[in-house]
Amino acid sequence: MKRTRETNALVSIGIVGLVVLFAAPQSLELFAVISLTTAVSLAILALSLGLIWGYGGILCFGQTAFFGIGAYAYAIAALNFGGSSSAILVAILVAAAVAAILGYFMFYGRLSDVYLAVITLTLTLILYSVIRRTSGPEYKIGIAKLGGFNGINVPPINYPWDSNHFLFPEQVFYVAMVALLGSYFLCVWLTKSHFGRVSMSIRENEVRTELLGYDVRLYKLCMFTVGGAIAGLGGIMFANSIGRITPDVFNLYNAALAIIWVIIGGRGTLIGPIFGALVLFYLTSFLGQQSVVNINLFLGLVLIIFVLVVPRGIVPSVVQMWDRRRSRRMTARSARKFRRRGRTRVKEGGLEE
Amino acid sequence: MLETRGLSMHFGGVVAVDRVDFSLRENELRCLIGPNGAGKSTFFKCLTAQLRPTAGDVVIRDFNVTGSESHQVARMGVGIKTQVPNVFDGLDVEENIWLSASQSTSVKRARVITTEVIDRLELGDVRKTQLGSLAHGQRQLVELGMVLAGEPWLVILDEPTAGMTQDEVVRTAEIIQEINRSATMIVVEHDMQFIRMIARKVTVFHQGRILIEGAMDEVSSDERVREVYLGQRKSA
Amino acid sequence: MDLVAALALQIVYGIANLVLISIGLAVIFGMMRVINLAHGEFLMLGGYTVIVATNGGVNIWIAMFILAPLIVGIIGLIVEWVLIRFLYGRMVDTLLATWGLSLFFIGLVTSIFGAQTATTIAPPFGPITIGEFSSSGYELFLILVAILLVGMLYFLLRYTKLGLVARGTMQAADMAAALGVSTQRVYSTTFGIGAALSGLAGGLLAPITGILPTIGAIYIGKAFITVISGGTAILAGTASASILLGGINGIVSFVIGPTMGEVALLLLAIFLLRLMPRGITGRFFKRSL
Repeated sequence: MKRTRETNALVSIGIVGLVVLFAAPQSLELFAVISLTTAVSLAILALSLGLIWGYGGILCFGQTAFFGIGAYAYAIAALNFGGSSSAILVAILVAAAVAAILGYFMFYGRLSDVYLAVITLTLTLILYSVIRRTSGPEYKIGIAKLGGFNGINVPPINYPWDSNHFLFPEQVFYVAMVALLGSYFLCVWLTKSHFGRVSMSIRENEVRTELLGYDVRLYKLCMFTVGGAIAGLGGIMFANSIGRITPDVFNLYNAALAIIWVIIGGRGTLIGPIFGALVLFYLTSFLGQQSVVNINLFLGLVLIIFVLVVPRGIVPSVVQMWDRRRSRRMTARSARKFRRRGRTRVKEGGLEE
Repeated sequence: MLETRGLSMHFGGVVAVDRVDFSLRENELRCLIGPNGAGKSTFFKCLTAQLRPTAGDVVIRDFNVTGSESHQVARMGVGIKTQVPNVFDGLDVEENIWLSASQSTSVKRARVITTEVIDRLELGDVRKTQLGSLAHGQRQLVELGMVLAGEPWLVILDEPTAGMTQDEVVRTAEIIQEINRSATMIVVEHDMQFIRMIARKVTVFHQGRILIEGAMDEVSSDERVREVYLGQRKSA
Repeated sequence: MDLVAALALQIVYGIANLVLISIGLAVIFGMMRVINLAHGEFLMLGGYTVIVATNGGVNIWIAMFILAPLIVGIIGLIVEWVLIRFLYGRMVDTLLATWGLSLFFIGLVTSIFGAQTATTIAPPFGPITIGEFSSSGYELFLILVAILLVGMLYFLLRYTKLGLVARGTMQAADMAAALGVSTQRVYSTTFGIGAALSGLAGGLLAPITGILPTIGAIYIGKAFITVISGGTAILAGTASASILLGGINGIVSFVIGPTMGEVALLLLAIFLLRLMPRGITGRFFKRSL
């Protein structure tokens, strides 16, 4: 029963995704398509955090670090290679490698949640201040100048292995949307696999999992690395939609945003964080255009209110409400049935007498 | 097959386990008893590599596990059950046991083992119930099932009957004797009645050391044991 | 010789700076095992207090040493009362809520004072010349303040009743509660004192850094790593981590440049935590304050 509902949900998510994939560039203006591409790239970031936090129980406050590293690595590699195809691979690998190295130190040192959160947040903050100071011409990797707070102009994606033909913004959108759908179903598959089940049991009870003979550190490290790779992929798409990557991706505000998406959408689901990112992207850009409420003030209140009042996030709460209503309806129905049956039995009894 | 040599564990100035030499033969069922604070649980944690001893060695089947990680010990084929029910509250009975089974074997075989274990422990009725909503004793039983599902050859249990009803205690004693047919066992307990049901050989801990070792009758008639343990029970 | 003296002074100042920006955070972490993510904003509010007060004609010393800790301390108490006390025992939620608070304060201050740098104030000391080399007198003064602050806290923890209660809670919170100490009261006092210390530090640093609504971000990275590298012993942890990290930071900054100094700080902290997952005082000086 539950399984089929889950399958239904997955199929409908897939269909909605495909509809958006094909319909959006046809029906929207160019500017809207580009900003939707940005939103999609952020949704990939949210998905990666939703995976490692919601399923792996890894409290990473600096997931934007891997997102930014992916974006920077892509820009630098694409400039140096003169093409985007292998740059995409390199960027994902770099993001995953940084996550793996950092993860090794954190998980094999068995750092607690609070320490982990702080270390990851500090990583992104330090990247922010370091890259901001790289405006001088001496800071370059290959031929790519890091450009300090001005950032790097990102060469757009080209046709696979054909660097003379760049993709149009609509085509970049297709790529980003496919990346999102691909990562989403990868994550779904991962959480259903043996690896995913063990990861969830680590989240539930670390000591027990360890005593069953699972190497908890290794599982967490793998989860974190996959998360880093997906975040890196999001970063590549982000760099392409904006056309420029600046150190601002590493700042405190963006690190907080990623956390807020997941909190709002709901931990322990994969669609929740994606939903949270998309909603908040449009909400914050709307709030940014008017000057009634300061955006930080608004986000701060949202975060506090969710932690206090809706700690599970929107998607799990809605699902739970739906379940409860349905089960109430079901019990009402079965109660009616039971009453009717009871009556017949009484009648039968009466006949016997 | 299991041996400790000069095993010591200090916490700051407190000596919880003091130079313990302990050895266990294949297929034995050994109970560790002793009053609260005798060092049983610390000893247990050293055996299972949850704590790294201050000094001394733990050797399991000729393999020195001192300084290993708990998961490595578990992986050697050692089934471990901790004092408090240590289960996955968010998962159902079947999933809990399956997780244990699938660590050491293929997914297919794990399913077979899971079904077997559930039948053996008569947990069929609650197969799909989340652990969080089970009674305390049943959770203990599930944890025992998780130990079984790993198909261990050495089983170390810390207070398996804590918080169980009388019926459940009897049932657990049966299960433990059944496990003992295929595995060597160490049971840490302080419920004397339960120990009488299962014990052949008993090791008594007192103040971090082994006070006496021997058959149950021998031990329970020993004057010193009466003094430190049974006497204390009576007064309590 | 002069170069060595100048470098040594710079390093000592770096250490004192770390002590100042982390001590308030360390108090809260040591007692409650929680990292206050709004720490940077407490520093920022201290800075604004000093600037607004001195622009309003208040004596700068009173603004720094009385008003800044007082006002931020009161804000800390309010925060504890309105928000934190609902989240005791929920470590992750406390982190998240304080992060929300951080954003909220940034937004609030931006709405009131604007996003730009508020009018800066001049340090109350000019440069001081010793022999052939001159140094910022204000930095020397801050070194002195940092030492005094640590000394005062030591006295407070060691010799007063409040300190005794605090030490008890640090060692074992549930035990202290069993002995009749109101954990709730201890925590709210802790939060107030932590905030007050942060306010003081923010006020003291305002003349050097200037002040912005988002200035907290430049402090918190360093403060966080100092505190978690130090571990839960408030004074020994902060002092040892500040000396180690500040020393490395100073040397690397001098040799390679300030950019690498910060990177070195982070890398050292990560290595340190791999070796000592509960910080320096989790391994050494276990029973210190």
